[in-house]
Amino acid sequence: MADQASVVAEGVRFAYPPLATGETAPWVFDGLELCISSGEWVAVMGASDAGKTTLCLLLAGLAPHLTGGTLEGRIVVAGRDIQAHQPPDLADTVGLLFQEPEVQLFNPTVETEVAWGLENLGLPVAEIRGRVNEMLALMRLEHARQRPPATLSGGEKKRLALASVLVMHPRILILDEPMGGLDPAGRHEILDALAKLRRDSSTTIVMTESDPEAVSAFADHLVVLHQGRIALEGSPRELFHQIQELTALGVAVPQVAQIAALLNRRLDTSFDFLSLDEARAALAVHLA
Amino acid sequence: MLRGVDLNLPSGQFVALVGANGSGKTTLVKHFNGLLQPRRGQVRVVGQNTAGQSVGELARWVGFLFQHPEHQIFSSSVHQEVAFGPRNLGLSASEVNVRVEAALVRFDLTRIAEKPPAILSYGLRRRVTLASLAAMDSPVLVLDEPTVGLDARGLHETFDWLAELHTKGRTILLVTHDMALAAQYAERVVVLRQGQIVGDGPPQDLFRQSDLLARASLVPPPALALAQALEPHGFQSDCLTVDAFCDAYVAHFHQKKSAGWGAEQAGHGAWTTNREGT
Repeated sequence: MADQASVVAEGVRFAYPPLATGETAPWVFDGLELCISSGEWVAVMGASDAGKTTLCLLLAGLAPHLTGGTLEGRIVVAGRDIQAHQPPDLADTVGLLFQEPEVQLFNPTVETEVAWGLENLGLPVAEIRGRVNEMLALMRLEHARQRPPATLSGGEKKRLALASVLVMHPRILILDEPMGGLDPAGRHEILDALAKLRRDSSTTIVMTESDPEAVSAFADHLVVLHQGRIALEGSPRELFHQIQELTALGVAVPQVAQIAALLNRRLDTSFDFLSLDEARAALAVHLA
Repeated sequence: MLRGVDLNLPSGQFVALVGANGSGKTTLVKHFNGLLQPRRGQVRVVGQNTAGQSVGELARWVGFLFQHPEHQIFSSSVHQEVAFGPRNLGLSASEVNVRVEAALVRFDLTRIAEKPPAILSYGLRRRVTLASLAAMDSPVLVLDEPTVGLDARGLHETFDWLAELHTKGRTILLVTHDMALAAQYAERVVVLRQGQIVGDGPPQDLFRQSDLLARASLVPPPALALAQALEPHGFQSDCLTVDAFCDAYVAHFHQKKSAGWGAEQAGHGAWTTNREGT
């Protein structure tokens, strides 16, 4: 079905509860309109307090159910209105990776951490074992199976948190700054795992991200949040060449796109490369 | 975790410490403010052995920024959080206030000074910890992955501030995954792999050693990677930044163009001579 893994936000306004009675809390979102089709990979960028994490919490139903606050408008995730469903009802459909892995790690070992969600779904033991082994191999965590999560390095904890979410085979995957604190090998693994997920199951992926290189490599669609709404949206290729607009919105631009813009200004060319390979090919031709 | 690390960071140097996840970067830097003590060997900071000193005593000398903001945030307002360190240095109330105000302005936190850090976004909490570090004004700064979660403006503020501290003679040790920043700001890069130092030198030298980078799970900054990819086409540059790349490329392009024009002129002359000769 077309809406099995789609995400729609209509006229959304959201504010957290005020800090003190009598105070009015500011609106985090004030007229948010978002439409993500099943199987799309959308990146969400924006300045530090633009609402990226809040958006993740809303799409998983954690806001307003766990955070409190006021929600107006509609958010429908995989055909379910999040106002009408508690987070456990959405747990089999929506997977959420928090920005800080420690928030969602609480089991005694790496292995039990990855297995926990599946056990709670009541899956057969053989299936749990199979999925856990596959995920530990994919995330290069086999060497740490019996270790307590607290003893892992920062990057390993991130891989563990992602493993525990992916193992659930969610239809919609929400990732809050998944690249944060990862080395190149770690980034590759995460992006490869996500690409594989998309190929095998057309999972919808919504990813907030500060790193423009990761966004340009993988996202189909880019949304930039600013002052409670979407300020810019389009493909990474369209948006990453609007350097002044993005900088004004507090969003970083890939280095190669900056190079394209600067060369265009100085040499009166019209380069639009976005990746290292495209840049190399275009400049090789230019130099010939 | 660390195996035979010998490292000497002279006063006033800006050093980037890089390496794969799990290579021991955080473990190493936690020795510099006394959070960890070595099982063998010794650690000396500003000439003194850390073994005899408490974390509190070392805090006078070494400002430390944790990898995760919530590992060091505990106050009920941004203002109090930033004031905690200077207050514990025994400064007067007015001196503490001066430092706190300056730090809040520097990291654009003035309008949320009374908010509890716990409710702020990750990026803002990161700015709070940077402001706390700034308020300590310590001669040595250790920053463990300060850029995670920072937006473009936060990155600018932070690195402008670090560059300024560097010119004032502070010693800065930056643990980072961001090779572009390491290349642009650090004068020296130390590479850690499985608890050992496998590389140590200026960024340009380091990024030339592709097998070292591969072994240590590092990639050069995009501008340099592009320059290296264009070497088969005669382009030669050690550029570490976008601006340096563009300067070098434009110069190379113009040079190639005028060399090509010169050759064309010579060829035309030869043809004219031939015609006249017949």
